[in-house]
Amino acid sequence: MKLLSPIKDHHSERRLFITRVVLASVVSTILLGLVIARLVQLQVFDHELFAEKSQGNRVRIEAVPPIRGLIFDRKGRVLAENLPAYQLELIPEQVDDIDGTLQRLAAINLIEADDIPRIIELSRSGQQFKPVTLKFRMTDEEIANFAIQRPRFPGVDFRPRLVRHYPHGKLFAHAVGYVGALNTNDMQRLESARYAGTSHTGKTGVESSFENDLHGYAGYRHLITNARGRQVPADSSELLDSLPIDATPGPGNNIYLSLDLDLQRVAYEAMAGRRGAVVAIDPTNGEVLALVSTPAFDPNLFAVGMSTAQFSELQNNLDRPLFNRAVRGSYPPGSTIKPMLALAALETGATNLTRKSVCIGYFQLEGDDHRYRDWKPRGHGPVDLHDAIAQSCDVYFYQLSGDLGIDNMHEYLTRFGLGSATGIDLLNERPGLVPSREWKRNNFRDRDNQRWYHGETVIASIGQGFMLATPLQLSSIVGTLATRGTRMRPHLVAATEDPITGDRRLIAPQSLGNVGISNTFYWDEVLEAMHDVMQGPRGTARAVGTGAPYQMAGKSGTAQVVSIAQDEEYDEEELEERQRDHALFIAFAPFDEPRIAVAVIVENGSSGSGVAAPIAKAVMDQYLGYGDDTAE
Amino acid sequence: MIRLSETNRILSPRSAPASSFAELVRRMNIDGPLLGGILLICVFGLFVLYSASGEDSQVLINQSIRLGVALVAMLIVAQLPPDFLRRWTPWAYLLGLILLTLVLTKGAVGQGARRWLDLGIRFQPSEAMKLAVPMMTAWFLHDRQIPPRLGHLAIIALMIGIPTFLIATQPDLGTSLLIAASGVIVIILAGMSFRLMLGLGLLAVPGAYGLWHFMQDYQRQRVLTLLDPDSDPLGAGYNIIQSKIAIGSGGLFGKGWTNGSQAHLEFLPERHTDFIFAVLGEEFGLLGVLGLLVLYMFVIGRGLYIAVNAHDTYSRLLAGSISLTFLVYVFVNTAMVTGLVPVVGVPLPLVSFGGTSMVTLMAGFGILMSIHSHRKLLPH
Repeated sequence: MKLLSPIKDHHSERRLFITRVVLASVVSTILLGLVIARLVQLQVFDHELFAEKSQGNRVRIEAVPPIRGLIFDRKGRVLAENLPAYQLELIPEQVDDIDGTLQRLAAINLIEADDIPRIIELSRSGQQFKPVTLKFRMTDEEIANFAIQRPRFPGVDFRPRLVRHYPHGKLFAHAVGYVGALNTNDMQRLESARYAGTSHTGKTGVESSFENDLHGYAGYRHLITNARGRQVPADSSELLDSLPIDATPGPGNNIYLSLDLDLQRVAYEAMAGRRGAVVAIDPTNGEVLALVSTPAFDPNLFAVGMSTAQFSELQNNLDRPLFNRAVRGSYPPGSTIKPMLALAALETGATNLTRKSVCIGYFQLEGDDHRYRDWKPRGHGPVDLHDAIAQSCDVYFYQLSGDLGIDNMHEYLTRFGLGSATGIDLLNERPGLVPSREWKRNNFRDRDNQRWYHGETVIASIGQGFMLATPLQLSSIVGTLATRGTRMRPHLVAATEDPITGDRRLIAPQSLGNVGISNTFYWDEVLEAMHDVMQGPRGTARAVGTGAPYQMAGKSGTAQVVSIAQDEEYDEEELEERQRDHALFIAFAPFDEPRIAVAVIVENGSSGSGVAAPIAKAVMDQYLGYGDDTAE
Repeated sequence: MIRLSETNRILSPRSAPASSFAELVRRMNIDGPLLGGILLICVFGLFVLYSASGEDSQVLINQSIRLGVALVAMLIVAQLPPDFLRRWTPWAYLLGLILLTLVLTKGAVGQGARRWLDLGIRFQPSEAMKLAVPMMTAWFLHDRQIPPRLGHLAIIALMIGIPTFLIATQPDLGTSLLIAASGVIVIILAGMSFRLMLGLGLLAVPGAYGLWHFMQDYQRQRVLTLLDPDSDPLGAGYNIIQSKIAIGSGGLFGKGWTNGSQAHLEFLPERHTDFIFAVLGEEFGLLGVLGLLVLYMFVIGRGLYIAVNAHDTYSRLLAGSISLTFLVYVFVNTAMVTGLVPVVGVPLPLVSFGGTSMVTLMAGFGILMSIHSHRKLLPH
């Protein structure tokens, strides 16, 4: 074996090699020195910065939503509560075949097949460990059914959560309103920190207008999470010790309404499914005792979540169950304004207590052929102001309108609160409308229409034409009549209560001033006439009021349906039904010391005294202790 | 041919029973200090790996088995005399080249690259090249003039360049650069003139420009990310940011074994493979990291000691190259994890979880041991 290459000089070669190894060692040391210097920089000089970063890395703040305040009626009975419900959830990362799983869930009727694309979309868009809700509330039967089949559905499970529940369903659908899932609009409107972790918010009714009280304040807690944001079980780590202190959520305030459950039920049932509204208030303080709009809907559908089909059925229903007629329905007030006009005419001297008109069934303006008809074709004969109210003679008021004039009419009706929102503690109240010369000038383009015509004054005198009022406004007006001119702001919420301390904050009645008619004789006369409407020998609603154990006053009204959408889907019978006059009635009782004022509207009910008055009577009976179920 | 071990046996025929273990070690051609250093690193590594894997004992068992296999490979290689290795070097190199060509034509694809060859067992020919390239370079220089002449350097450039190119096209830029480095180290140790090195270094500037064009997008991204990791904190920069947080938050003494939040809460990617050094830094702090580096330096130092005391050119160059390449591995990995150089897929030797590279490393140490224990009893 060749040990040495002849041309090689072993000694010099080894010396050269050693030199190179030494050099390499120096270079190596420098390289490792660089790494060590870097480590010192990271671990000694920048240690605090990185320690902070690593802390921030692993700690995530999770919002804890507050518990929503409860809503009670005036006697402390629950109208809105939070009930634990089981919801069906799917955790995307734990399901291999989401589509197949959903198909099989639909096959056993746990979800609807129509919902599958939406759920797939949801499960793809969010974080994969965050559960997607398949069904907000499972019935006991569904829970039992699913429990048996659970092994077939890995990654699907049910979990309890608090769901808003309205034990009286349709009864308070419009007054209390409902909560619904937060949407993008809500997110922009609401303070995000307060709503962190919250899924629902008040959408209508008191739930919406008192959202600020009901919601409370979100708390938060610190979680130790891994890089994918998933919570790490607390016991797995000692890291928990160093966490900042959590903030407990502040629960929402409870709310006590002035509404009375029994009265509300009586009003709702008296409507018997007809379209319309009933509003009852306490005239002395403005407390709303009943507020019903029919047909109604089950607010629990919104709290729990409903299918698209269910929602479009509600929304497309011709009877518009979602529409709150009580505060948003604008109707011609008809003859219900006659007591106010009578007061205005007395106050301005346009008429007096003894002046009589002869009613021949119609009225004509000078130089005009047009006949303004009375509701009674044969006429009422000679009538004074008292008779004109009690019998609701239109011709008397047609004649009176010329002397009173639209300007005075507008002035006094406005003083009673017509034409502007009452300021009730509900959102989106409509103001109604009292027409005036100025209003016409501002709201019509065409010069001819900008003028105020005498004929318009004539029909305004019986609450027709442009004039509009909401049932709430009518109840407020009748309350003002009952108090002889003192206007109170109607309100639904009587008190709020801190659920922790139990402190209650009462909401004081708020006066809206006085209509400024001081002559008590005028009031006596007009109110007496209203009393005779119900309990006089010739009153329009004597059939309702006669024989009652207490004294009451009222005024009927009938409003022509101005126009109707000529939809071809109406069949003849229905078309005819929907073109009938609206029936209105306002009333208060007891006559001498009024405690309740009621306004009732029955759409297409034809007759104020025949259809609407019995409903008002039923409500007053109940409130004054003469109802069917208040005997005990 | 007389070996040192045999001489010892001749000189002390009645070896004391007390030293029978030392005797056994010597007869098995094992270098005690080197083995000790390696084992210390491995044990330390197993502790870190256990924590980095989320306290998964299965990972620990797997790694221990691989370590065992690699140690056996080391022992086997240690029995092969350097002369034997040298004679077979060209054939081994040729076989390596053929396998690399095969990989490119019919290799298994994994993670966007074609690196594996399935011959009953899956293996990476590029791993074998890590040893074959420095062996071939040392073989070529063994009976040629030292320092090498320019013509010889050109041939050596081809010997290094062909496998480097083949591996780079897999593509596996990290490994190809390491293999090129192992060959270049041989010629530097062989005494290539510094003037020439400087000239080549200047040539490297346009070379780097060419390399930039040769790089895959993800590789360019890694270079760009190194320059500014915060530019893409959830993408390419994520690894570096998280590993710097892990190391930095470890401080001087660390958060304690298995208490690293970065690693245990899964913020740190590839924590039991390429980025295991960050776990070490987080849990054992600067002191733990320095401890490991000291162990590495000891092993490298012992390797260089063996190289200096080797008795022929081939052994000397090969031992020097193996030792210094080991240092390059350590440097590239730690510099990458601490954000000093771009992220190239280089594991932390003897500590990162993984099989093939462990066997290659241990075989390299086997060569070192063989060189040391098969020294010829000749005066300098």
